[in-house]
Amino acid sequence: MEMLDLAFMQRALLAAVLVGITAPAVGIYLVQRRQALMGDGIGHVAMTGVGLGFLLNSSPVWMATIVAVVGSVAMELIRAYGKTRGDLALALLFYGGMAGGVLLINLSPTGSNANLSSYLFGSLSTVSSEDITAIAILAAFVVLVTVGLRRQLFAVSQDEEFARVTGLPVRALNLLIAVTAAVTVTVAMRVVGLLLVSALMVVPVAAAQQLSKSFRTTFVLAVATGITVTLAGTATSYYQDVPPGATIVLYAIGVFVLLTLLATPLAKRRARATEAEADAGTDGCGAPLPATRRPTDDVKV
Amino acid sequence: MAALDQDPVISVRGATATLGARPVLRGVDLTVHRGEVVALLGANGSGKSTAVRSVIGQVPLTGGRIELFGTEQKRFRDWARVGYVPQRTTAASGVPATIREVVSSGRLSRRRFGWLTKADKAAVEAAIDLVGLTDRAKDSVSALSGGQHQRVLIARALASEPELLIMDEPMAGVDLASQEILAATLREQVAGGTSVLLVLHELGPLEPLIDRAVVLREGCVVHDGPPPEAVGQHALPGHDHVHPHAAGEPLRTGLLT
Repeated sequence: MEMLDLAFMQRALLAAVLVGITAPAVGIYLVQRRQALMGDGIGHVAMTGVGLGFLLNSSPVWMATIVAVVGSVAMELIRAYGKTRGDLALALLFYGGMAGGVLLINLSPTGSNANLSSYLFGSLSTVSSEDITAIAILAAFVVLVTVGLRRQLFAVSQDEEFARVTGLPVRALNLLIAVTAAVTVTVAMRVVGLLLVSALMVVPVAAAQQLSKSFRTTFVLAVATGITVTLAGTATSYYQDVPPGATIVLYAIGVFVLLTLLATPLAKRRARATEAEADAGTDGCGAPLPATRRPTDDVKV
Repeated sequence: MAALDQDPVISVRGATATLGARPVLRGVDLTVHRGEVVALLGANGSGKSTAVRSVIGQVPLTGGRIELFGTEQKRFRDWARVGYVPQRTTAASGVPATIREVVSSGRLSRRRFGWLTKADKAAVEAAIDLVGLTDRAKDSVSALSGGQHQRVLIARALASEPELLIMDEPMAGVDLASQEILAATLREQVAGGTSVLLVLHELGPLEPLIDRAVVLREGCVVHDGPPPEAVGQHALPGHDHVHPHAAGEPLRTGLLT
């Protein structure tokens, strides 16, 4: 394991683990709300932040965080208050963010499209120790929110109207999910790249769903999948000189396919077990029919 | 049935509301007393759901006032006293969740933050038991039938041990067997002193439980009193099924239009 001796690989692997934890942890709530592509939109918006960071000569990670948070809050407000043209407003935001990023980075003296591509597709060698500090702080925030408030976020994502009637601060929680998702995008940006961040938020959750029946299991399986594929992808990209982001995403899809294939025989076995149970109990076809309808009824319709 | 208290649990006075430019409620008065079971009836688009959703603060009023437990609705914070069953055909979302997990979220009104205690967990199990799904508590809600989904949603409302149940079409798309179970659940709650406001499309197996019916038509109350007798077109064959074997107590399943 010579790669562990290299400082940049240590940083890359640490970043990979943090991304593997945080991306599915937020992604599960987005999938639950059927907003699986929200991460993709935030990724586009974050590009403007990266460009701004280069232009102002400040840290692109922090600048991307700020812009992504502002963008995701705007998206959430559009979702909550916009009525008919919400999707158009989101499209404007997404493409505006992407165009803004490309423009700003070309305006800046230090930036170039080559620079931008390390943010778009992820890169191991460029993860600085400064980046690691930022990533660790942001990841801690994400884990605190997604695990600490899981009951509340679950309820809001499951049934927003019901959650409001329980007296939960639904608007605040929705904004918190949006902000957390934005933070996650910037955490994952250095490793998987902005264009593939969303995949790491969604694919492990989709893979975990193939086997699980409960939210808790889905959460744990998704995070485990996330860690596995980010570590494997990072290691592969060290040995094979392939881009880490793309490798990680392809591994995640591989896990999805594997679990889907595994799920079919498992579901069959479960169905057999349920059937056996139903035969033993009264839940089968022996339930009495309601006696109110009779063929001899002489009421004319 | 407990004697009706003077202080109502729900009091709606002259409520008006619009959706877009269309007036949906045009001066609705609605009162639910303690221990009372009130059915809100009416055709599609008559404003039943809007009325119920305005009571729980999901639809803003343009006029009139609403009080819950004697407190003005805008200042009402004691949501644990209210159990709400929204109009849904499914309890599932984009990620698998077990019946127990969904029902547990009903407990949030009692324990908004922090860990669930033993008492919370017991209340969740009791609510699942009330709707007869104990043996399936660990199953994913996506594996349930329509009637079972509705039972999960009702259990979720019951998990906070509410004094007032507000249900929006709990019988929509529910098979007869599940309707009977729901009716039995509701009967138990009412016997324990719970007040109920429910939107119904047809009275069905719940009829014997209902103390009072309020009928809406185009956003106005056109009837407030005992459950309506079949009149007009409802009395026609095909709307009113009186079955010979239940001569003593006619069973009406006709649609109210």
